[in-house]
Amino acid sequence: MDFTTQLLIAAISAGTPLLLATLGGILNERAGIIQLGAEGLMLMGAVTTCIVYIRTGNLAVALLATVAVTAVLGLLHSFLCVTLRANQTMSGLAMTLFGSGLSAYLGKPISGIPLPGPLPKLHLGWLEPVPVIGNIFANMDYLTWFSLVLVLVLHLLIHRTSWGLHLRAVGDSPATADVMGIRVQLIRYSYVIVGAMLIGLAGADMVLAYAPTWNEGLTAGRGWIAVGLVIFARWNPLRALFCAYFFGALDSLGFRIQLLGSVVPSYFLKMIPYLVTILVLMYLGYRNRNKPSGTPEALGVPYIREQRF
Amino acid sequence: MNGSNTAAVLEPSPLKTGKRPSLRLEYDSSRTRSPWWTPVLSVFLALVFCAIFIAANGMSPFTVYEKMFRGAFGTSYGFTETLVKAIPLLLCGLGISVAYRISVWNIGAEGQLTVGAMAATAVTIYCPDLSSFWSILLMLIFGFAAGALWGLMTAVPRTHFGVNELITSLMLNYVALLALDYVVFGPWKDPKGFNFPGSPMFTAAQSLPVLGSTRLHIGLIFGLVAVVIYYLMIRFTRWGYELKLIGANPIAARYAGIHIKRHIIIVMLISGGLAGIAGMAEVSGVTHKLMQGISPGYGYTAIIVAWLAKLNPVGLIVTSILFGGLIVGGFSVQTIGLPSSISEMLQGSILFFLIAGDMIHRFRIRRSA
Repeated sequence: MDFTTQLLIAAISAGTPLLLATLGGILNERAGIIQLGAEGLMLMGAVTTCIVYIRTGNLAVALLATVAVTAVLGLLHSFLCVTLRANQTMSGLAMTLFGSGLSAYLGKPISGIPLPGPLPKLHLGWLEPVPVIGNIFANMDYLTWFSLVLVLVLHLLIHRTSWGLHLRAVGDSPATADVMGIRVQLIRYSYVIVGAMLIGLAGADMVLAYAPTWNEGLTAGRGWIAVGLVIFARWNPLRALFCAYFFGALDSLGFRIQLLGSVVPSYFLKMIPYLVTILVLMYLGYRNRNKPSGTPEALGVPYIREQRF
Repeated sequence: MNGSNTAAVLEPSPLKTGKRPSLRLEYDSSRTRSPWWTPVLSVFLALVFCAIFIAANGMSPFTVYEKMFRGAFGTSYGFTETLVKAIPLLLCGLGISVAYRISVWNIGAEGQLTVGAMAATAVTIYCPDLSSFWSILLMLIFGFAAGALWGLMTAVPRTHFGVNELITSLMLNYVALLALDYVVFGPWKDPKGFNFPGSPMFTAAQSLPVLGSTRLHIGLIFGLVAVVIYYLMIRFTRWGYELKLIGANPIAARYAGIHIKRHIIIVMLISGGLAGIAGMAEVSGVTHKLMQGISPGYGYTAIIVAWLAKLNPVGLIVTSILFGGLIVGGFSVQTIGLPSSISEMLQGSILFFLIAGDMIHRFRIRRSA
């Protein structure tokens, strides 16, 4: 395998959690609700997966538990933001703080214990002889395949179906949607919960495919990078795929440069993804300064029926 | 403005004027000032909520809370420790409050504190032989400048490139922590430190004076002076008035000719600078050397401190002491084998109940005929 292929494989592996979290964020924000709790949700997803997988030894149960726990947290966020119209920024921050505290608390007894096994892989023997593609796609795990299929499904859902039209309507102009008979609150609730589940799965993927054991604060800001990627991808699932893999590549490139015995201290290499996020967002902001950014129009604005803004 | 005109109906109102009056929930957005008891109630509810998790883990919540309270406020040693922790919370919380006044969501106090601590340490390393007065003054200036610079790196992308400051300030936290790791493991590592990552110990001239035999240092005075200045600036200056105007209605403020971009940059400089001073006070007053983990998340806790205090100066003093106690209490439960992350969990849930409480009181139950 040449360097590029290895880097691609590493980029996909490091990019999958980012992709899942970004897709979750896109669903949230398309419905008009800001999700800044991604970091906390990913940590809760990761710790739930670890605890249940170690206790039961059953991966399916662990993933189900992860989805259930993060759905409850998503419900909490949507209750605060949709029903109570609370400050969405603050609710997200609370989610991150609460998630990192609770995950550290719950994860303490299992910290450092290796998981019973990695994610099962889908072997595609017939693909193996194909040059580059074979190396990349013949042995990918199920969650990676799931994320790839999800990109396609969400792209079609958002842009090609009437459900997607409703979703976009609710995110862009809830009042209009309401007049047309779309149930704004119901749609916001459902997508915030589904989005939270996907972010939880991102956390599960972190521990199953990327880091072998639970450690406090294991996501190290990847939830926040995903929040940035949602903007970077301009709320579009297909762009999210490229953006997430690009960041996955940056992440693993730093690690690889370190392995090659670089003179640059590893701390600076680890800064790359964070700094690149800021620079890319600045570039996009500059380039799109006179154009619509693709932000859902009603993002962050609570909807109150019978009240004009 | 009459509340019933602006009130929104949560439940669709019954179309037929029924025979019996029905109760319905109305949202009144004109009720913005929440009563004084919401912060108190939210702290109480958060304690009850977290008790469920503690009990589920097989511990008695009463034992845990009693241990935390005793550790933080029960002894004079504990109380001075609480005050020591309250100092960075007060300074960072104050900085965050200034920014939040005009809805600039600075969550980068953690990074700003870290670079402030690094800048102060740089003074001790590159100018080791200054007198006490000059070295502390220089450390203060450098700490403020470094924090302000970190704040500027958040403000400029926001004002000139339209980048959300939440993401920038948070990314810069990670950058600052990595930079801290680099210097304590690399160039600034103490050669006599038994290979332990950390800078050399500060000399007495480089350390802030402490109160008697306690660890309480004069950083407390920095904090209190800053609170007084904040109060006077907000209350009596044109700048404070303009902040209030932007906070109330940014669009009207722009029409009134207020330069909003400039205000964002100024508040971020102040916000970062105050966190930088907190970092300087932490290394110079408490740890006396730069090392990993100089902040157990002060920058994040300060967000809740500011929010709980409703950006009010007196409230800031009270809540920072309360949260200082929460951190000390979190450490003291470690003696009974529990992780200190209990305090983080409590902080998150206090914020949940607080923002819920702020909104719930805006709803009222109405009888509709």
